[in-house]
Amino acid sequence: MAWTRDQMAARAAKELKDGFYVNLGIGIPTLVSNYVPEDVDITLQSENGMLGVGPFPLDNEVDPDIINAGKQTVTEVKGTSYFSSADSFAMIRGGHIDLSILGAMEVAENGDLANWMIPGKMVKGMGGAMDLVAGVKRVIVTMEHVSKDGQSKLLKECTLPLTGKRVVDMVISELGVFSVDKHGPSGITLLELADGVTVDEVKAKTKATLVVR
Amino acid sequence: MANKVYKDAKSALDGLLRDDLMLMCGGFGLVGIPDRLIEAVRDSGVKGLTCVSNNAGIDGAGLGLLLESGQVRKMISSYVGENKTFAKLYLEGKLELEFNPQGTLAERCRAGGAGIPAFYTKTGVGTLVSEGKEIRNFDGEDYVMERGLVGDIALVKAWKGDTAGNLVYRKAARNFNPMMATAAKICVAEVEELVEVGQLDPDHIHTPAVFVKRLFCGAPYDRKIEQRTIRKA
Repeated sequence: MAWTRDQMAARAAKELKDGFYVNLGIGIPTLVSNYVPEDVDITLQSENGMLGVGPFPLDNEVDPDIINAGKQTVTEVKGTSYFSSADSFAMIRGGHIDLSILGAMEVAENGDLANWMIPGKMVKGMGGAMDLVAGVKRVIVTMEHVSKDGQSKLLKECTLPLTGKRVVDMVISELGVFSVDKHGPSGITLLELADGVTVDEVKAKTKATLVVR
Repeated sequence: MANKVYKDAKSALDGLLRDDLMLMCGGFGLVGIPDRLIEAVRDSGVKGLTCVSNNAGIDGAGLGLLLESGQVRKMISSYVGENKTFAKLYLEGKLELEFNPQGTLAERCRAGGAGIPAFYTKTGVGTLVSEGKEIRNFDGEDYVMERGLVGDIALVKAWKGDTAGNLVYRKAARNFNPMMATAAKICVAEVEELVEVGQLDPDHIHTPAVFVKRLFCGAPYDRKIEQRTIRKA
């Protein structure tokens, strides 16, 4: 049995360290906030200009001026601050955010990431993704291991336009956990298998150079 | 002191609008967007506009109004996902689009407003964004040169303003507004509450009066919500 989306999020949450400032993308990364270990205290950053993002509001708590980068209504926590978009990306680009967890369409064995456009289809824009992967200290991708049409998303080289070059540090898919050697030639190393998944299955579904220790 | 206070959006924009202007618009999604000013631009009928704004509004709100009326020639944005009118116009070839990474867009406006014509960033190096732009290596890492942006008119929305033009934003409605206020030849602000000069705490002012040339109270506002997301009690 491969991991569910929630199990992937729970595994990603184990990468959180006490005191981290973290930016979470949309989709599986958002679920990570449900699995923060009890002894770990983190602060969520939202690139539209909020540090200290709380849970979604109760029905009677909704404030239209408090949203996250996905434009969802959220709440404040003790110590929340607001700032301009320029200050927000000073935090991100300036290397002050510890961890970014985001989704991907493709990841290459050198850490290249593609997650913002498919040529020929309507492009919505990269939003803050290019700034995040360029500036945040550590980048973890959570994604399905293969695309809907059965193609591996862990590749030797990305085929889609890039979001960033040599930016991904770790990939968590439904099959397991993988480290990425973004500064060297070692490719992708299998660190952990999801419950009931075999090395052969991972190899069959991975086009990148895969190191199995 | 020169009077900066106008009675409404139409009078605040009087004499400023013409075809082919570049408008710098504050806001993120529907939060902190200059609703009244956008409506007044629509009513003026000026065309060929270039709008610099993180998003393109949604159908029936924000810059969506100017897209529907065919007044926008080009958008410079980081994300335009929520707008069906936008997609239709773009796919029909009726709208130019320049995508900027969100942080690069914010910094282009900040730099432009601060008199800085260009800067280097590592955002977008090795992607489509850096094609055709100068790449320079600093301390072993590649950076791409991006240009500062200065438009013709900045349209911003604040929570409170005083009669001198000092502005205070509310919560996440600050977003792009402070940079946009600096990054144009003239800035027009709409506020939810207009107070006499001296009534805002000087330590709490986000945009100092020097940047704001005209302002008016646009109340009452019904703050719109794009993605109302709640948890159960």
